[in-house]
Amino acid sequence: MSAAIDTHELTKRYRRVSALTDCTVTVPEGRVSALVGPNGAGKTTLLRILAGLASQTAGTASVLGGPPRQDPAFLAEVGFLAQEIPLYRRFTSEDHIRIGAHLNPSWDAALVRTRLAELRIPLDQRVGTLSGGQRAQVALTLTLAKRPRLLLLDEPVAALDPLARRNFLATLTAAVADAAGGLTVVLSSHLVIDLERVCDHLILLAGSQVQVSGDIDTLLAEHKILVGPRKDTAPIERAHQVVHTVTTARQSTLLVRLKGPVIDPAYQAEDVTLEEMVLGYMGADEAPAGKQLTTVGEES
Amino acid sequence: MISFRVDGRSGVPPYLQVVRQVRQALRMGVLNVGDQLPSVREVVAAVAINPNTVLKAYRDLEREGLVEARSGQGTFVRALPPGPPPGTHSRLGHSLARWVREAREAGLDEESMESLLRITLRAADAADSESEEIA
Repeated sequence: MSAAIDTHELTKRYRRVSALTDCTVTVPEGRVSALVGPNGAGKTTLLRILAGLASQTAGTASVLGGPPRQDPAFLAEVGFLAQEIPLYRRFTSEDHIRIGAHLNPSWDAALVRTRLAELRIPLDQRVGTLSGGQRAQVALTLTLAKRPRLLLLDEPVAALDPLARRNFLATLTAAVADAAGGLTVVLSSHLVIDLERVCDHLILLAGSQVQVSGDIDTLLAEHKILVGPRKDTAPIERAHQVVHTVTTARQSTLLVRLKGPVIDPAYQAEDVTLEEMVLGYMGADEAPAGKQLTTVGEES
Repeated sequence: MISFRVDGRSGVPPYLQVVRQVRQALRMGVLNVGDQLPSVREVVAAVAINPNTVLKAYRDLEREGLVEARSGQGTFVRALPPGPPPGTHSRLGHSLARWVREAREAGLDEESMESLLRITLRAADAADSESEEIA
């Protein structure tokens, strides 16, 4: 299967601050990728470059087979939903459907009307007077109406209550199912519990760099939590990649990416959840081993 | 037709939760041979999970020989899982419910009931292996 997104050492610098550093990721077509990381890790920067809304300082990006660009053919295939839901508040959903029909070559107005009717969102009400959850649904449905092959969503559910979040994600997963492998999604969010349900691919950014990326099931199988007595962890570090270590007076708990079987019988290997893995990598970034990171306010 | 529940906090991967719920429905007699499973579209629109998760679950069930995908029609139950006939679980469940009521009236809480069940299971295991040794 071909890649919907393929970046190589993608870098974006604002003056001396690096927003994204040597980002190399591949998202195969048809996947739903979770883009996670602390605030300021570079998530929005990456999404904006992929959407053709920002240009990189160095490196290459290939989106749907070519570089992201501001031309109608590219923009027709890529849907981007920014954090601040981009709707005209004084316009109704019906107005938005008509505007969309003018701006997009392949526009499925019937899809929007059907979906919004299912959700009991009135088409003739100004979107500014809808609830936050309803507005998010209108924006997502409008984005889907242009039948994109790639959907880039920047924290779309952050401000929604649990029911609105669930409904939003159901609209999204149904669209992925309808496209039968023809729709790729990158979804940034802090809510790992949602991502675990909806996503099958992960891009984890911290400190402007990719910490880990790939198929979620494969990554979960490769990572283990090793619990054992406190002792020299050097042998483990030689055999595996130690992501994060928590040490108490008696005990060591290590998150490791295995490179082979664990042979030390003193350690008990336990399966990890997506949340543990994500937190482990985020925590690892706080005390980077031999890695020099440039972040805002820390320039020497 | 059955509906699925996917619990994000259970620690069990979502695809395995779907597999287990189908197996459970087959054992309980909720699903029978020839019945249709909900389509991938129906599942994801109802519980908001990744379509590939449902496909993976259905493929696993197919590999087990429990369901079959008929092209253009959907996924159908082909066989019941090995084990006691359907209905056995619900019958035993009813007698267990009677026992739970009795235990509660006798003042046992949930934790004591669980530990009593575990002890009884272990004792039964031990008795089994003993009788095997004698034989």
